[in-house]
Amino acid sequence: MNDMSRIPASEITPESVYLRRRELIGAGLASPLLALAGCSEAKEPAAVNRPKDSPDGFRTADTLTHFEDASSYNNFYEFGTGKNDPAKNAHRLRTLPWVVSVEGEAEITGAYHLDKLLKGMAVQDRIYRLRCVEGWSMVIPWQGVPLAEIIKRFKPTSKAKYVAFYSKADREQMPGMAYESIPWPYREGLRIDEAMNPLTLLATGMYGKPMPNQNGAPLRLVVPWKYGFKSIKSIVRIVFTDKMPQTSWNMLQPEEYGFYSNVNPAVDHPRWSQASERRIAGTDSKLFGQRIATLPFNGYAKQVAHLYKGMDLRKWF
Amino acid sequence: MDWRWFGLKTTAHALALLPAVLLINNALNDRLGADPVAALTHQTGEWALRLLLLSLAMTPLRMVLKQAWPIRFRRLLGLYVFFYASLHFAVYLFLDLGSGYWSQIGADILKRPFITVGFTAWLLLLPLALTSNRWMMRLLKKNWQRLHRLVYAIAILAVLHYWWLVKSDIREPLLYAAILALLLGFRLFSHLKVRRAAV
Repeated sequence: MNDMSRIPASEITPESVYLRRRELIGAGLASPLLALAGCSEAKEPAAVNRPKDSPDGFRTADTLTHFEDASSYNNFYEFGTGKNDPAKNAHRLRTLPWVVSVEGEAEITGAYHLDKLLKGMAVQDRIYRLRCVEGWSMVIPWQGVPLAEIIKRFKPTSKAKYVAFYSKADREQMPGMAYESIPWPYREGLRIDEAMNPLTLLATGMYGKPMPNQNGAPLRLVVPWKYGFKSIKSIVRIVFTDKMPQTSWNMLQPEEYGFYSNVNPAVDHPRWSQASERRIAGTDSKLFGQRIATLPFNGYAKQVAHLYKGMDLRKWF
Repeated sequence: MDWRWFGLKTTAHALALLPAVLLINNALNDRLGADPVAALTHQTGEWALRLLLLSLAMTPLRMVLKQAWPIRFRRLLGLYVFFYASLHFAVYLFLDLGSGYWSQIGADILKRPFITVGFTAWLLLLPLALTSNRWMMRLLKKNWQRLHRLVYAIAILAVLHYWWLVKSDIREPLLYAAILALLLGFRLFSHLKVRRAAV
């Protein structure tokens, strides 16, 4: 039997697997059928060993997403609704000069060049999980300044209960705007205490590089405990207000996207489950990567759960 | 053996298989971008839908061209619809959910309307694929055609499945819906014309 020697080692079933073959076949056949019969409970999947975050939540030890993935798979509808469209089209965005207008219920307001807005502020490093409402997630190292520090400079009044944000909307630079996929300009908002939370970052860079245009250059929000669409990109306007601001996705589909949009595995999107996510991280192929359980507040409950004490999170989704 | 037909059929098989070959090759060589599972799900689904519409175009094509050859590709196309729809379902089952989350399927199918209609469409394809051979055709006689009219329901469900899953950009599902409306409208129109002529 000389032929045996020609079988590569990789094709030989390991003994441990071979011995469990009936179990494996049984599991493969039984599980989906049981599930189809509707008689199975939503079981907690095999416990994934999740690395720890730093106590302040500023740095997670989760495996980082590869820069190439984080900068080529984006939702930035002003540059097109395809995931690769922003990376293809965002080079048309002119980020210099960049003026941010600060308005509303604050002692100081006005239009500021970005460098003046950020003057004297030390850029900080954060490593956050980013959970998209579509069911995938990344782990991204950001550079930026805490939003709280910027807000303090403008001395918001007691009437400033919310902060509204608006993205740049320029049809000439943003070819995706030709199609009204969403009400332009893209707008988002936070309650003032959410905006003041130390986790909330105004990011100017990622992976130690200036922010790529497709990721929201030159200034974007990062709110790691909320679904990704809350982290508005390419901000040109910040408004302090006493009313809950309108937000783009909520305007489009109010029953699907709430104002808060905190990551919550217990509250499904009406059309899909939010209980688990596909993690896009590391440099290995993601083809056979296992789903992981989604955590309440995206794993930042310790830092932010107190903001929502006494609120029914099913109602205020 | 008619060699011309053999050549044409072989070409059709090769063309229908080409997207799957390219997809699998790209998947194994990590060329499907950051989220290859999403890319595979999306593209296998789109090819199932495209081939489904193409198979539905064969009858109108025969009537317009007044030639019989388009009908000879109908079964081949239909079987590839089943092939891509099954790939689509398998990617969702084995790569997206993975065995750790199979317990979720029952809830998904019952609670998520877009998955409900998608799964129903795939289920309805099963009897069509199983009865696509000549032997079953002869066995079922008139009922065979009745059974295979299910394809209209399947096509409507498939377009709905796509429409209901997009977040805001409905342009692509709208295009498929328009093509389907055209193909079904053509049948309705010619059916009424035949009936009126008979009166």
